[in-house]
Amino acid sequence: MQKYNYKEIFKSNMWSNNVVFAQMLALCPLLAVTNGATNGLGLGLITTAVMIFSSLLISLIRPLLTPQIRIPIFILLIAALVTIADLVMNAWLHELHKVLGLFIPLIVTNCAILGRAESYASKNPWFPAVIDGIATGLGFTFALVLLGGFREVIGSGTLFANASLLLGDNFSVIELTPFPEYRGMLLVILPSGGFIMLGVLLSGKRLLDTFLKNKYKEQSHCQVK
Amino acid sequence: MIINEKIKQTLAYPAFLMGAIALLVCSLLLLTHNLTAQPIADRQREELTKLLNQVLPNSIYNNQPLNQKYQKELDGHNFIFYRARMNNKVSAIVIFTSTSGYSGEIAMLVAIKESGELSGVRILSHTETPGLGDKIEEKKSDWILSFTGLSLINPDTNGWAVKKDGGKFDAFTGATITPRAVVKEVYETLELFKSNRSFFLELTEATKNNGN
Repeated sequence: MQKYNYKEIFKSNMWSNNVVFAQMLALCPLLAVTNGATNGLGLGLITTAVMIFSSLLISLIRPLLTPQIRIPIFILLIAALVTIADLVMNAWLHELHKVLGLFIPLIVTNCAILGRAESYASKNPWFPAVIDGIATGLGFTFALVLLGGFREVIGSGTLFANASLLLGDNFSVIELTPFPEYRGMLLVILPSGGFIMLGVLLSGKRLLDTFLKNKYKEQSHCQVK
Repeated sequence: MIINEKIKQTLAYPAFLMGAIALLVCSLLLLTHNLTAQPIADRQREELTKLLNQVLPNSIYNNQPLNQKYQKELDGHNFIFYRARMNNKVSAIVIFTSTSGYSGEIAMLVAIKESGELSGVRILSHTETPGLGDKIEEKKSDWILSFTGLSLINPDTNGWAVKKDGGKFDAFTGATITPRAVVKEVYETLELFKSNRSFFLELTEATKNNGN
């Protein structure tokens, strides 16, 4: 039996092969909701939930699939899961649903989910598939929160505003206002600002990666000496 | 769950599989819908109640306005509204209306007292520019509260415009179209109320005369 390196799955999906920062997928929901960290976190978590279930279902029906109709079946399952998530949120997380409502149906078109279904869940047993779903979802959430956080701090001077709507009143402590007198920078909140900040973050990740690589090389070089 | 490769090759297999999955998905959706229908309706009602409490003072009605929803076509638009009653007499109406703002529809709620005075206006949803046009939201600025207490005669017709157009309503820096659209829509709703007053207030010939 094949061994699965779960640590590697997480590392790859969270960082080196992150859906947003490396694969550049799912940018539409990313840019649309990230005018605040809370929205990003909310959409990220829903996407993760959808992803876990889609990975699970798809890997379970894997032996039944034929190559000709696999894509329509993936889409059908993902669309159903998203609709279920939409209804459940509307019923029990109504406030958040009001904020994110418009973007939830768009999760269907999130190519990251279909991408993982096609490239991982349909080729692996259910447990690694679920782990992969969690890891990819968290990687996406991480990207959403990071971009949302940057845009919120620069654009409106707050961080995690309205987080208590999402997580309950206990979490109102994480609603921060780092710059109380800050008047905000509208550009960053607007869609164009999303593109700009995404560009900044992407180049930041590249720089960091290059830096780490060089540092690692130097270190191993020293050790050999 | 190993399916014979030969069966998989047959023409009917994909059709059968697709059908089976569609059936599974449909039953899942049906189940979720049934489970969530009631909570969703409850949430929506709670939300409406909250809105109504914001625009109608408790002292002017003693019925449950939300128990009956009315619908009426007036001037080619289909309006949804609720009647608030005091001792079975309509004391105010809450009417849902919408207008086009700078970038799409602005849905709003206008509460008008029996006298023709505005009891409150709220924005339900909009897609105006964040930071500029979104000051029509109660959360962002108290501009929308400035409508409370106004009527068709206070201010007069010329006053029902943004300051830039010679009226008495503030416009926001960088966004004139949005407040202009809202002011116009509120004014038109008031006129609609005036011209259909006896319908909205359920006045019959007899009560009309009594009123006089």
